[in-house]
Amino acid sequence: MFPVETHELTKRYGEHLAVDRVSLTVKSGEIYGFLGPNGAGKTTTLRMLLGLVRPTSGRVRMLGQAPGQLAQIGALIEGPAFYPYLSGRENLRVLARYAGVPARRVEIALELVDLAGRGKDRYSTYSLGMKQRLGVAAALLKDPRLLILDEPTNGLDPAGMADMRALIRRLGAAGSTVVISSHLLGEVQQICDRVGVISQGRLITESTVADLRGGARLRVVADPIDAAAARARALLGGDRVRVDGAGMDLDIPHDRAAWINAELVDAGIAVSELGIRERELEDVFLEMTHVG
Amino acid sequence: MWASTHAELTKLVRRPANWLLLAVALALSLTFTYLVPYAGADGPTADRGVASTFPNHLVGNSIGGWPVFAGAIALILGVLAAGGEYGWGTWKTVLAQGPSRLSVYTGKLAAIGLAVLVMVLTLFAAGAVTSTAIATAEGAAMNWPSVGDLAGGVGAGWLIAMMWAMLGVVLAVGLRGVAMPIGLGLVWLMAVQNLLTSVAAPLLDWVAEAQKGLPGPNAGSLVAALGSSPQTPGVAELVGSGQAAAVVAAYLVVFGVLGGLLLRRRDIL
Repeated sequence: MFPVETHELTKRYGEHLAVDRVSLTVKSGEIYGFLGPNGAGKTTTLRMLLGLVRPTSGRVRMLGQAPGQLAQIGALIEGPAFYPYLSGRENLRVLARYAGVPARRVEIALELVDLAGRGKDRYSTYSLGMKQRLGVAAALLKDPRLLILDEPTNGLDPAGMADMRALIRRLGAAGSTVVISSHLLGEVQQICDRVGVISQGRLITESTVADLRGGARLRVVADPIDAAAARARALLGGDRVRVDGAGMDLDIPHDRAAWINAELVDAGIAVSELGIRERELEDVFLEMTHVG
Repeated sequence: MWASTHAELTKLVRRPANWLLLAVALALSLTFTYLVPYAGADGPTADRGVASTFPNHLVGNSIGGWPVFAGAIALILGVLAAGGEYGWGTWKTVLAQGPSRLSVYTGKLAAIGLAVLVMVLTLFAAGAVTSTAIATAEGAAMNWPSVGDLAGGVGAGWLIAMMWAMLGVVLAVGLRGVAMPIGLGLVWLMAVQNLLTSVAAPLLDWVAEAQKGLPGPNAGSLVAALGSSPQTPGVAELVGSGQAAAVVAAYLVVFGVLGGLLLRRRDIL
């Protein structure tokens, strides 16, 4: 049994297909990043997981149960939403009553997100970052086995983002399964074990972060670059050479740097830089979603 | 369901707007039921004697506003309780904690029912205090209604107020917000009902007949049967009290069930 499992999950609003046959699997204890451009269908998918939106077709199982059975699941969906006339602590107490958890969990959750000192203040006076942290605290009220966080670092300052990363890592290390939707790909790259990428409603890949980024490449800056690229293609094959501005990325092992340098210099090409270039998750994401 | 009711009661009690609504209902009731008739009792156009403010009229005076003006306050209470969840986006926050939609909804209705009862009792209590003061000042006898009459009045007031609150709830759930449901609800309560009664019904027989099945005229008939002055807007005995109570109760149930069905079936966006 996987903590999250969807099969051919589809949501259609009239003519608009918001989510198109998404089948994803989140494994127990992993931190799973759910990525996609704005409007790709991330939040709609997460809402279907929680039973807030009914699928047009397809199937969802969360901890082996149908959507809406959320006893061991915590969630923050599409930004925090609370009662502005209540304090942060009162908001959590109200939610604790709905959840049927003891009031002491409120204090624990406030401590976890570093809001205990401001718990008595009205929610309407909170900064964006504090609201976000209260949203995460609400998701943690039930001490959940499965946590679903939609853009959890929105509005947080760098220190707050680092704290949130550490908190998510701690939860993962403690055995919780965490699903994070985020557009901050650097964040995802740092904390996620696996990612699913959704674009135009379709899940286009599901893989570990390492596999998705692929191996490191050799970066060569040379002059003239066109001649350098032609020589590299002749030596390596066209599919292993990618020209980017004044340089090119070569898909070859790093220990062949001296060899390719000698080949280019022998061909009368001036090589000014040789280095290792690791692909960022963002590069892969942009390639996959055809943005930029 | 008790957990949801407890949570909903906390939200209702801690929300300043609800206390403002109670204050407005109280001010309107005391002003137009007691203070204006008392102040204008000797005026040349006075049509309500000071005797109408004495304790023996407590039941009719305390529930006479519910068909229209106090009813509007109850409607706003219902809209705020259900529509605020859409306005703030808090449905998802609440439902993500795991309660079923139906349990949250029934908890909400139970909390609104208690809040409406508090409003009705507050108007009775304030009316009792005010009428005592006036009767004392006028040297009139303190003839109080029987406990049975008081209980019947409180029950009728609650039934009517709850019906309007449920209309507010179903409008808020149907229109997923606050502003439009309040606007449409008030237009119906304050304008359309009045136009039907004063303009259309005298001209068209079928409108006059149809009125006997509408919520406002039945509420007006119910309070009229319990002693409310027919000079109060919306108060007129068009049908018998039994039918009026049954129709008002039926609307209450229909509005409540319809709101629940809509909330259960529709996506939370």
